[in-house]
Amino acid sequence: MNKLALIVVFFVGGLLVYVAGDFPDWGDPTSPASTHVGRYYLENSIRDTHVPNVVTSVLADYRGFDTMFETGVVFIAGIAVLALLRRTVVQRREEGELASHHLEAPQSGVVVRTASRIMIPFMQLYALYVIGHGHHSPGGGFQGGVILGASLILHALAYDLRATNKLFSEKRVLVLGAVGVMLYSGIGLFCMLLGGNFLDFSVLHAVLPATDEVMARSHGMLGVEIGVGLTVMAIMYSLYLDLASHGHLDEGL
Amino acid sequence: MIWQIDSILLVLVVVTAIVALNLRDLMGAAILFGAYSFLMCLLWTVMGAVDVAFTEATVGAGISTILFIATIIHTKGESRQ
Amino acid sequence: MDLLLPKFNYILYVVLMMTGLWGMIAKPNLIKKIIGMAIFQTSLILFFISTSVKRGATIPILEHHSEPESHAHVVSVGDQLGDAVHSVATVAQHAVDPAHYMNPLPHVLMLTAIVVGVGTLGVALALAQLVYKQYGTLEEEDIISQIEADASQEDES
Repeated sequence: MNKLALIVVFFVGGLLVYVAGDFPDWGDPTSPASTHVGRYYLENSIRDTHVPNVVTSVLADYRGFDTMFETGVVFIAGIAVLALLRRTVVQRREEGELASHHLEAPQSGVVVRTASRIMIPFMQLYALYVIGHGHHSPGGGFQGGVILGASLILHALAYDLRATNKLFSEKRVLVLGAVGVMLYSGIGLFCMLLGGNFLDFSVLHAVLPATDEVMARSHGMLGVEIGVGLTVMAIMYSLYLDLASHGHLDEGL
Repeated sequence: MIWQIDSILLVLVVVTAIVALNLRDLMGAAILFGAYSFLMCLLWTVMGAVDVAFTEATVGAGISTILFIATIIHTKGESRQ
Repeated sequence: MDLLLPKFNYILYVVLMMTGLWGMIAKPNLIKKIIGMAIFQTSLILFFISTSVKRGATIPILEHHSEPESHAHVVSVGDQLGDAVHSVATVAQHAVDPAHYMNPLPHVLMLTAIVVGVGTLGVALALAQLVYKQYGTLEEEDIISQIEADASQEDES
């Protein structure tokens, strides 16, 4: 088994090293990847959308379809984990799993709890900044959403899952995840209602006050990023909930 | 882009990957995987892909490591090889 | 040596990918297999990101100046001939030279790939937890021998 694995691995690796001779030199500015559509995005991002961070403008505007379905994939992954692991109290009682040993959940120390209670609002504020300022600096819906999810996970780590569930129930989290996907595709549909193409944000200037077509694209991107952020936050937290408690949502780690 | 830093980080990334795969203690492997993700994040910063590095710092070094630890705590923490 | 210097990075990416593949095939523990999968995935992402690198370029966040100011500057500067010359100069100044910025396209594609990657990682770990619940172990050989024992028991009965 091990020998066979090594043969396969070295065969694939040797093939790739052999092919690497045909690649353009590392860091070559005239390589084929850098000369076609990437050029267009760099030259026209400011003129088309007023967004200096080209990654954001390509992510949310030029290639909005891609990002929309990636958000859908993240949501589906969350649903899949839920379907695999989640066991409600009723189900567990029927399967005879729910023993009567209702132990007091081990709480972490007072230092950890206090420190995390102080840190969490700042983390969430920073996450909102990352989402909102993604047009001008690194960041955007994906990163901000993950930081928001991490702040919820920190709360669940410092207390336990029951305490976090009281603040922010599983149902509400999943609804938020669905709302994120709906927000993204809803903005796309709204563009169609206004007479443009799906996800063509430039027609939004008819409804947004004090914007021209270029700024409308920038604002449309912000709306889309908020949708992405909501979905990613909800799914990251939901993944942790199910994996940490084996789908029971009681104690956590 | 500074190629010296790039090369050093690349070698470190490869070493961390190999060690993470060969560690018997699964918890240690998960922590090393977090270190691997963080080194990868540094590598991408050096390459100028700041958005990707940001994503990897939050997702790879943050969430993935927590998910691994969550699974390992609920299972046996030792690997035979 | 001719091949090695410009392609050094590519060769290390291939080594990383081989590490991940080896982990996925040869390691008997399911968690190790999942770690191998993640390493494989990041090595591919690393390769894609490296296609965006341009020597002497900076991060793909453009320098931007407010447009109206520059126009006012051009108009206020001089006669018609000078005006034309200056507007050409301004356009040249404000047009973005793509050679100065990294290619943003691979960044976008890989950014979403990383986030989707954590989704697949979550599903893989959930499956591993279910396997552990069913068989009480994460070692491949033990799981296979238990499956075989179950199958032979069914044959007898």
